[in-house]
Amino acid sequence: MKEIILIAISAILVENFVLTKFLGICPFLGVSKKLSTALGMGGAVVFVITLSSAVTWVVYEYLLYDYPYLRTIAFILVIAALVQFVEIVLKKFVPTLYTALGIYLPLITTNCAVLGSALLNVERGYTFFQALVFGFAASVGFTLALILFSGVRERMETSDIPIAFQGLPITLIAAALVSVAFVGFQGLFGI
Amino acid sequence: MKIIFPVLIVSGLGLAFGLILSYASKKFAVEIDERVEKIRGVLPGANCGGCGFSGCDQYAEAIVGESAAINLCPVGGSGVVTQISEIMGVDSESGEKMVARVMCNGTWDKVKIKFDYDGIIDCRSAATMAGGPSSCIYGCEGMGSCKRVCAFGAIEVENGLARIIERKCSGCGRCVVECPKGIIKMVPAKSEYSVCCSNHEKGAVARKNCQVACIACQKCVKECPVGAISMDNFCSVIDPSKCINCGKCYKVCPTGAISKFTGHM
Repeated sequence: MKEIILIAISAILVENFVLTKFLGICPFLGVSKKLSTALGMGGAVVFVITLSSAVTWVVYEYLLYDYPYLRTIAFILVIAALVQFVEIVLKKFVPTLYTALGIYLPLITTNCAVLGSALLNVERGYTFFQALVFGFAASVGFTLALILFSGVRERMETSDIPIAFQGLPITLIAAALVSVAFVGFQGLFGI
Repeated sequence: MKIIFPVLIVSGLGLAFGLILSYASKKFAVEIDERVEKIRGVLPGANCGGCGFSGCDQYAEAIVGESAAINLCPVGGSGVVTQISEIMGVDSESGEKMVARVMCNGTWDKVKIKFDYDGIIDCRSAATMAGGPSSCIYGCEGMGSCKRVCAFGAIEVENGLARIIERKCSGCGRCVVECPKGIIKMVPAKSEYSVCCSNHEKGAVARKNCQVACIACQKCVKECPVGAISMDNFCSVIDPSKCINCGKCYKVCPTGAISKFTGHM
């Protein structure tokens, strides 16, 4: 139990996917302009990463164990198919969730955080349940980073920024500062 | 063996997922009324929101599902209405092509400047400071708030006055809502003459504040052969439904408040 909690907290804070592992930077910069879109994207990512962690673990354990070099290509295949499948099923049975996630669901197919969590699960030799927890916690960390940063960006909208820094430059500087803050968690619990 | 198994595994996975997906897309197919897609194809796809729905998709669904009126799309005009009416089998009540028009001619050289405005470049913000920097509190402020909301690039601001390029204007009406002075009006695109002044002060005051203001001399009212011009609190207004585009008011106006629009500015 202690181990599970440790995995969860370290995935959310200490090795935050976006801010210390630098995975999923594209959606991090792309959809963090507003809190509402950040929440939408975050929800979709939590959903997909948790599911894909489970499926890729099974695929790796029972199919690819002897051919570890196949995992990247196989995982991409699994994730793409899974997202498609989830989209079809949601559209049929939970239309409200489908419209709430909207465009973000198909976009996640190419989100490297999804592939990253699947690969890390395998690399660290997690059990099925550990992999599930890691995937869920990592995506919660991703959402947390997105929400925190959308607050920073909403604040920047109204501040007086020098012309040379307007747009992406100041966004990247702000991202770096938030990232520095997260690296500070490195000493937490002596992990 | 070393190469055959990996190939088999990956292609097997691909095949399995392909089969699952194709089965799922058949099994879980959501039935969409084909008319929705047809109407969506006919609509312009600008997603301007001029119809009152959040986008073209939603409008198409509303036409089929909630039997919304078919002539709400201001961008497509009568062409789109006829096409939708064919798809839906409803009579087309043709929507006349409307364009937005700025009812002001007061460029910076025609009005007096009350003070140097140094705030946020936004009409609403400027209007809160003593009615804006222009001496005419009714007139255009030229900060370009309308230009920024226009999704079609149909508005230009020149010399402190917004001008609408009518051939680009789709008639979505977003600038009309945005303008804090309320001087952008929707008029039929075929109407050629408009009183480009919204000043409701008495003639002498209006003239003092702006060289091209309507001074309420009523010459146009008397000149108009069809009685399309009326006075509204010291400012004349042309009723486009009565106007026959004869241009007599344009010639007789002493200040140049009435402007001619040829529709392809």
